[in-house]
Amino acid sequence: MAPSLSALATAVSSLLLLLLAAVISVSSSPPAPEDSIRIISAEKRIDLTSSTVKVFLTLKQYLHFYSRLRLFQVENDATGPEVSQVLLAFTPTEAEHLAVVKATRAEGKRKKKMYVPLSVKASDLAATPNGARLYSILLSSPLKPAEVTTLEVFYVLTHSLEPFPAEITQSDPQLVYYRDSAVLLSPYHVLEQATYIKMPSNRVESFTRVDPISRAGNEVKYGTYNNQLPNSYLPILVHYENNRPFAVVEELVRRVEISHWGNVQITEQYKLKHAGARHKGVFSRLEYQSRPSISGVSSFKNLLAMLPPRVHSVYYRDEIGNISSSHLRSDSHKSELEIEPRYPLFGGWHCTFTIGYGLPLQDFLFESDDGRRYMNLTFGCPLLDTVVDDLTIKVVLPEGSTSPQAVVPFLTEQYLETSYSYLDVVGRTTVVLKKKNIVGEHNVPFQVFYEFNPIFMLAEPLMLMSAVFLFFVACIAYVHMDLSIGKS
Amino acid sequence: MATAALESLPAPLRSTLRLKTKQQELLLRVSALALIYVLAFAVRLFSVLRYESMIHEFDPYFNYRTTLFLTEHGFSEFWNWFDSESWYPLGRVVGGTLFPGLMVTAALLHRLLRALSLAVHIREVCVLTAPFFAANTTLVAYAFGREIWDSGAGLVAAALIAVCPGYISRSVAGSYDNEGVAIFALLLTFYLFVRAVNTGSLAWSLASAFGYFYMVSAWGGYVFIINLLPLYVLVLLVTGRYSQRLYVAYNSTYVLGMLLAMQIRFVGFQHVQSGEHMAAMGVFFLLQVFFFLDWMKYLLNDAKLFKSFLRITLTCVITVGTLALGIGTASGYISPWTGRFYSLLDPTYAKDHIPIIASVSEHQPTAWSSFMFDFHILLFLFPAGLYFCFKRLSDATIFIVMYGLTSMYFAGVMVRLILVAAPAVCLISAIAASATIKNLTTLIRSKSRSPQTVSGKATGSKAAAKGAVDQSLPYQKNAAIVLLLGAFYLLSRYAVHCTWVTSEAYSSPSIVLAARGHNGGRVIFDDYREAYYWLRQNTPSDAKIMSWWDYGYQITAMGNRTVIVDNNTWNNTHIATVGRAMSSYEDEAYEIMQSLDVNYVLVVFGGVTGYSSDDINKFLWMVRIGGGVFPVIKEPDYLVNGEYRIDKGAAPKMLNCLMYKLCYYRFGELTTEYGKPPGYDRVRGVEIGNKDIKLEYLEEAFTTSNWIVRIYKVKPPKNRS
Repeated sequence: MAPSLSALATAVSSLLLLLLAAVISVSSSPPAPEDSIRIISAEKRIDLTSSTVKVFLTLKQYLHFYSRLRLFQVENDATGPEVSQVLLAFTPTEAEHLAVVKATRAEGKRKKKMYVPLSVKASDLAATPNGARLYSILLSSPLKPAEVTTLEVFYVLTHSLEPFPAEITQSDPQLVYYRDSAVLLSPYHVLEQATYIKMPSNRVESFTRVDPISRAGNEVKYGTYNNQLPNSYLPILVHYENNRPFAVVEELVRRVEISHWGNVQITEQYKLKHAGARHKGVFSRLEYQSRPSISGVSSFKNLLAMLPPRVHSVYYRDEIGNISSSHLRSDSHKSELEIEPRYPLFGGWHCTFTIGYGLPLQDFLFESDDGRRYMNLTFGCPLLDTVVDDLTIKVVLPEGSTSPQAVVPFLTEQYLETSYSYLDVVGRTTVVLKKKNIVGEHNVPFQVFYEFNPIFMLAEPLMLMSAVFLFFVACIAYVHMDLSIGKS
Repeated sequence: MATAALESLPAPLRSTLRLKTKQQELLLRVSALALIYVLAFAVRLFSVLRYESMIHEFDPYFNYRTTLFLTEHGFSEFWNWFDSESWYPLGRVVGGTLFPGLMVTAALLHRLLRALSLAVHIREVCVLTAPFFAANTTLVAYAFGREIWDSGAGLVAAALIAVCPGYISRSVAGSYDNEGVAIFALLLTFYLFVRAVNTGSLAWSLASAFGYFYMVSAWGGYVFIINLLPLYVLVLLVTGRYSQRLYVAYNSTYVLGMLLAMQIRFVGFQHVQSGEHMAAMGVFFLLQVFFFLDWMKYLLNDAKLFKSFLRITLTCVITVGTLALGIGTASGYISPWTGRFYSLLDPTYAKDHIPIIASVSEHQPTAWSSFMFDFHILLFLFPAGLYFCFKRLSDATIFIVMYGLTSMYFAGVMVRLILVAAPAVCLISAIAASATIKNLTTLIRSKSRSPQTVSGKATGSKAAAKGAVDQSLPYQKNAAIVLLLGAFYLLSRYAVHCTWVTSEAYSSPSIVLAARGHNGGRVIFDDYREAYYWLRQNTPSDAKIMSWWDYGYQITAMGNRTVIVDNNTWNNTHIATVGRAMSSYEDEAYEIMQSLDVNYVLVVFGGVTGYSSDDINKFLWMVRIGGGVFPVIKEPDYLVNGEYRIDKGAAPKMLNCLMYKLCYYRFGELTTEYGKPPGYDRVRGVEIGNKDIKLEYLEEAFTTSNWIVRIYKVKPPKNRS
């Protein structure tokens, strides 16, 4: 019953504000933990807006799913257990496209209210109807019987907007489908719930009517629904105009090379695609140049990368050479690299490129208390406004470093390899980190710890020096020696 | 200061460190040569500094692509490579139709650097191959100059060739073309051969043969060597300079060189089968006959008997030779001279018979201005150098004179052959410059020091003669100083000129165009790469692109797509078919394109930016080449009273042919220049004649940001209903 969302669809996200309240069920038998929770009220806010205004600066470019849950747990019976985890349910398609789930819990009274982040893991609880996947939020302190608490959940879905029509011409706007449920999918009883969907503009083609429903400008409200049974689902479909750049990096390889001589060299290889409605028919440069407001509205021609401050030797090129259209603006807090691909990207068009830059070592390399060194870098993709399908980070440690260990705040695939660069003899240990489905929320610091003896720094200069020295010795020997066999 | 430092050292150490005069001279020479070496390399880097490390022009892209293939797939794959991405649907046997020397050299250099654990990309190696070999050429020029004159002339020759614009034009960083290594190989072969003739040593002859092999593997210009050497031998024979040394040098070089050259698939058996190589073989046999007669003369020891024997032998030899040549030619075993060879001997030949050769700008006869541009003062030093050579005639100077004169002739026939003449001109001019300066300095020094200092043998008779005359002149020392200053002034002007020419004229990659903007800043037109990259990323990987042959290599290398024709121009009919399609009406062109499975058509159009080497300006050549094979295409149909026009007064066929439509599609709606009507072509300076262009069988697929490259998609055939 979950509508299959096309894998082609874009970076979706939505802002979902869930206010749930759970009340413990009144039952005589010892209840399972999930039965003892009730969601008192839930509010789901889905943000499908395109914030072209904030296009360069805010993370809201990616329509996020924020949800806030408020849980009340009421202990009725002495048999009611303490609850230490709360379950979230997703449809299989949603789970597949889920990039980030975050949860926070409100603590304290009104004035001193603060949100404490909680950890969320995929739950291994089986036996859910229609293959819904469960994620469990681990509460910092168990919920006592009859206690009420508020949880906020935020999650981001990618590739969940399906362009329809799937092919458009240069002058057409881009329309997309968004599929979801009007009621909250949850393993618990939901007493009261509403869903808000916010769209980028008033241009909404259609939306499924599930009463009660109301529309105000670019926002549609489903609900309020009362007393929903666990695992209820009411499919809805929203068809609206979205001309935001559907920039998807299909593959990104970031290579970080550390040199203890004072430089961190980063090389990033991008494989970019416009994942929106496919362009069909003519591309007219004349139309594109003379009528920019109506021609190619869903296309994009530049991207912004946020690089660390004090970046130097930035380059931007591809397989066939340098791309001259890029600008770097930097101040003491950040560097902004504005890059323009060789041609504007229309739906379905690809482009690959490489960005490289150097960073001062002292900003990123530190020594830990146990004598090891660690590199502190930002995970994720520096390009704003993009989704990365497949990210590989290779941290190339200096030659001679040992026992590398990567510390990343989320699950990644990790392994070691050896790479060779200038004048390497034994090769450099390289830590490889891989992760799929990356959005802006993944731009958090991570560390790579390793041990390194500074004597190895001298190996390469010594090699060069001895080579030059030998050359001069050979020259001196040649000048001073007479190699002829017979005197003529 | 150095001596003072030396004085303070203990005696034994001092004696070891103090250099003998010979060593001092060696040090001086080595450091001068090292500086020249670095200069030759560095002066060619303007393009890298000003643009980027990239491959230039057209042919280098093919070389780069093949080198990439070689490094990725190994030599045997490369040797057997059938390239289906060019000349669709014919394809091209790449391994058998190219000179592999350049690619193998670059691949080996790359492998060597990798072995030294220098992680360089093959592109950087390719970009810097030409400057590297140019620097090596200076060393060969030094050795050659020393061989034919003295080490001073060698040094001057090295310095002159290091910055000679005629050579730089083909060897700047990024011009990854055969000529880059071939000039090195050419000069090396000549040097080794002259050395072999001078010494009569087998070792130098063999070295010369290997030099020749390298030259054959690198460039088609080896034909020049294989014809110049026999001519030289012939001249020596005629002038009575035959010697045992010459016999050894020529025979071993020729036989081994020929055998080695046959290993190159592209050359194959041409050394025994092609008319262009017959001179070398004829002289080879002539040399044997000469040797035989010489021997007989010694054996008979009788003038009368020998005379009759000579008559019989000569008659026999000439009869047999003529018969063999006649039968060989008649039976087709010996191929006649090719058109390219004819066009060298007769500058007007190509214009009348082979439009495809005549259409290339670098095959045009050379203008005086480009001689001046490329040689500067060498043009005046050259005759002076010839004079010096004739004054001190030897086997070596005869060689350099012949090399100089023949290559100068070829340089006059074709612009690109200035390159071949450049080393000879530099060497001969170096002799003039070196001898003059040496004479002048000897004069000054002999006067100031001791009058009886005898000028060395190397200074030559010139100095002695001049000295004798000057004895009577009162101001000879002053005059010598003035002349010396004049010579230095001229040489420094030469250096300035060369640097200026290199930086202004020869260091532009021609892929990226640069212009000055309104505010004086540099504006870059990167449209070619924009279009090629678009093709690479957004067309199906098996798409076939039709364009004029100039862009074929670039499309395959940068766009990674199949092309119909490319710069190899081996199949005139295929090129003519494309020319015919471009000059036909759209519906006729559509049939041709369907028969060639064309998916996209690419045209280059400069009307918006004022880029003048676009397809509209090349169009008449397409008509001529197309008309050469398909008489349906007639050049007068596109002209009005013999005039090529594109405005309202243009010929109707011109206004409706495919090329015109593709270039000017929707151009009529665009205002290019303020104060001019829409559709104003900035290259031709007129308003176009057909503003309402409708395309029926093609649709615009991509146009670059400055409209320089326009790509059209060929629509699939309509459904039958």
